[in-house]
Amino acid sequence: MRYHPLSQADRSAMLAAIGVPSIEALYADAPHETLLKTTLDLPNGKSELDVERFFARLAARNMPASRAPFFVGAGAYKHHIPASVDHLIQRSEFLTSYTPYQPEISQGTLQYLFEFQTQVALLTGMEVANASMYDGSTATAEAVLMAHRVTKRRKALLSGGLHPHYAEVVRTISRLAEDDVETMAPDVRAAEDLIARIDDTLSCVVVQTPDVFGNLRDLTKIAEACHRNGALLVAVFTEAVSLGLLKSPGAVGADIVVGEGQSIGNSLNFGGPYVGLFATRQEFLRQMPGRLAGESVDADGRRSYVLTLSTREQHIRRDKATSNICTNSGLCALAFTIHLTLLGEAGLTRLARVNHANAVLLAHMLANVPNVEVLNETFFNEFTLRVDGDAAALIERMAARGVLAGVPVSRLLPHAGLDDLLLVAATEVNTQEDRDAFVAAFKESL
Amino acid sequence: MLDRPAVVEPLDDDKTPATFTGNRGLDQEEPLIFEIGRVDATGVDIDDPAPIATRLGALERTAPIGLPGLTEPETMRHYVRLSRKNYSIDAGLYPLGSCTMKHNPRSNEKIARYEGFADLHPLQPQSTARGALELMQILADWLMTLTNMPAVAMSPKAGAHGELCGMMAIKSAIAARGESATRNVVLIPQSAHGTNPATAALLGFSVRVVPAAPDGTVRAQAVKDALAPDVAAIMLTNPNTCGLFEREIVDIADALHEAGGYFYCDGANFNAIAGVARPGDFGIDAMHINLHKTFSTPHGGGGPGAGPVVLSERLAPFAPVPFIRRNGDSLQLVEDAEGTQSFGRLTAFHGQMGMFVRALAYMLAHGGDGLAQASKDAVLSANYVRASLRDVMTQPFGDRICMHEVLFDDAWLRGTGVTTLDFAKAMIDEGYHPMTIYFPLVAHGAMLVEPTESESKASLDLFIATLRDLARSAKAGEVARFTPAPRLAPRRRVDEALAARKPVLRWEAKAAS
Repeated sequence: MRYHPLSQADRSAMLAAIGVPSIEALYADAPHETLLKTTLDLPNGKSELDVERFFARLAARNMPASRAPFFVGAGAYKHHIPASVDHLIQRSEFLTSYTPYQPEISQGTLQYLFEFQTQVALLTGMEVANASMYDGSTATAEAVLMAHRVTKRRKALLSGGLHPHYAEVVRTISRLAEDDVETMAPDVRAAEDLIARIDDTLSCVVVQTPDVFGNLRDLTKIAEACHRNGALLVAVFTEAVSLGLLKSPGAVGADIVVGEGQSIGNSLNFGGPYVGLFATRQEFLRQMPGRLAGESVDADGRRSYVLTLSTREQHIRRDKATSNICTNSGLCALAFTIHLTLLGEAGLTRLARVNHANAVLLAHMLANVPNVEVLNETFFNEFTLRVDGDAAALIERMAARGVLAGVPVSRLLPHAGLDDLLLVAATEVNTQEDRDAFVAAFKESL
Repeated sequence: MLDRPAVVEPLDDDKTPATFTGNRGLDQEEPLIFEIGRVDATGVDIDDPAPIATRLGALERTAPIGLPGLTEPETMRHYVRLSRKNYSIDAGLYPLGSCTMKHNPRSNEKIARYEGFADLHPLQPQSTARGALELMQILADWLMTLTNMPAVAMSPKAGAHGELCGMMAIKSAIAARGESATRNVVLIPQSAHGTNPATAALLGFSVRVVPAAPDGTVRAQAVKDALAPDVAAIMLTNPNTCGLFEREIVDIADALHEAGGYFYCDGANFNAIAGVARPGDFGIDAMHINLHKTFSTPHGGGGPGAGPVVLSERLAPFAPVPFIRRNGDSLQLVEDAEGTQSFGRLTAFHGQMGMFVRALAYMLAHGGDGLAQASKDAVLSANYVRASLRDVMTQPFGDRICMHEVLFDDAWLRGTGVTTLDFAKAMIDEGYHPMTIYFPLVAHGAMLVEPTESESKASLDLFIATLRDLARSAKAGEVARFTPAPRLAPRRRVDEALAARKPVLRWEAKAAS
């Protein structure tokens, strides 16, 4: 076995040093009846070449984004990732290191987490950010739990424009934590009146912008209504690139900002691993879940970084902890921070403009197709189409023509009677040829 | 066994020599991107956006963000310099007990980057992702075979997320029995991972602590004493965090089931027994498997991980969506909980696909017998370290067989003026990442060593010789080797108290003076 350095001679010598006759004797504490007497019914080990062949065959059964005109979004987006990002995250010292428990030999990880926290705070317009969460959906659920701790209330109101999967994650954890969640009906045209529903029993209101249907939402008045009632506004985004062009959630009154960071530096990966972003106001710092890197000094007085405020965490506070989380998406956060460093403000703004322009161009082309309606007045790089018929079937027909055209709303909301709606996303990877291919396949498939 | 002399001469001064740049040879100081970047600099060339009438309404940003950029060469140098301030498993032995730092094959990285996996969207039509669903099913089949459990939930994103998933399934099963109001206590041993009580508390359970016996394990009688009609479940780690196999685990499971409770096993240490014993045969109901530990997906500075949960027949119906269902010859991803007993959704999409690829590649490379050998070698290595140090260091529960990690305490340091922390920091000067220290909490001044199966005997021998020399030095009263340590790392001891007392969690522009 190529990964196992011990030879039989080594094993014998080690057993002799321990003073046992066999490795099996080291399992003497396991109840005898539970020890396997034969090997399991599993294949034998394969060479590296054979393993690669096996996966190449599986991979060939999938249609990757780079092989098709690609317009699928709804919470994960195809963007170009500079080659240097993947090169750097594969450096052994990043890839194969662990949680920086020993700061003296982990300054690389700690400093990039500190940089990541600063970037996320700036991008969201908030004062502090943590070192990342599992993904945008779990970050949203944690934001609701945090709002409960801050306000000492246990009821959240979810906008109907919140990504349905995010809403489901919040409802699942809240139901099992015996908290209360009210979810507004699907809000296709961003017309819901959240303000009328805000009262002093709410811990928080959760609003996504751009919302799952692509609409941009002005949070200012919702924030005011929340604050009048002692509730927090949780602002959610699923497309981090949008923050390059839009007013920051912090600037319009959000108290907690959470979102998905996959768009910057991370591949689609069929849903994970992704990187949850989490930022809030300084005053709520000690209620914020997750890992934090902080600045300090070493014994020689040199600036240093270290994991800090772990008194909020499970390994100290156990059943009083702010959450049960004991990790972050370190490597995904690294990819995010490297890509954002490469972009800088100038690049991010430009990237966001190209995304927006490509989406606007596509929306114009589709609005001219008979019996098709673009429902959005405003959007960033994703919008909702109403088509004549079943959108899921349409998507399948377009896939058969080699175009991955979007996400049918019925896949996210199977029982909402919205089967004729289709979410379409465009990014910088889409060319005019892609848009032409989309429209051609669309017309042929309708 | 090697018995090397101390190779570090005590320095005259406890400070390292000063240099003009602050650099020391290959260890180069690096400012923050906020200090070297410029708001108008970029390392990415992006085409001009097409001229369009925007559809942003009044929500377009008007204020600057304040994000600096770096060109590509500057970016490369910044992160390469940072990387060189990190210890990693590729650079040396990383004996972090309970964390499992073992070899990370690069073949797995290569495969995870095949565009057929990395460039696949979670919501593209299932008909265009057949290979991905098949991969998830094959991995699920391996996990079920290795554990002898009938079902597995794939979506949990980390070990602690898996715990949440397993306990949610248990809570749902109790609700289905109509016992939500009466069964609200979870039994947790003193030595448990901190995530266990945190998970139970998050779900509204109260925690009842089960004491450990003097030998570091949990006695079935102690569990029986704590059992009552209000007990929903036990959360037990096996092998436990003291590196010991819970000898009475089958009796514990029986007692618990008889009392109407469920058995959650924390699978953090599955890598000691994979291919050797199956948790399903212990009588457990749910167990998460840290794919990153047992099946070696890279830890990436702390994450991401992956924590699929195997489930018993009794808990399987409550598994979260999405799950895979076989429809004749094809696999279907069921994403909608309606009409099932599923407790709902844990995360937006299907789980850590990127980690699934790496873990399955690791499994296929080993095969069934290779995985068993890996577990056995991990246990052999840990016991070799134990046997080679037992005459100089002490163990809290006496010298007995351990599993894949060996626990020492600080009784042997008493009166030397050297603490566990000092000892750990002195290891850094010797080129080692320290072991896990001060965990588990049940041992005073704990030092938990996990060498894993990927160390050669020569590597273990040097490690042992180094620890023996440090132990000799500590006992000889050479405190100067320990208290100022580390002296030879990129940083000396970092002031953790200051960081917590005055938290500085982001860079701020200095006010103009």
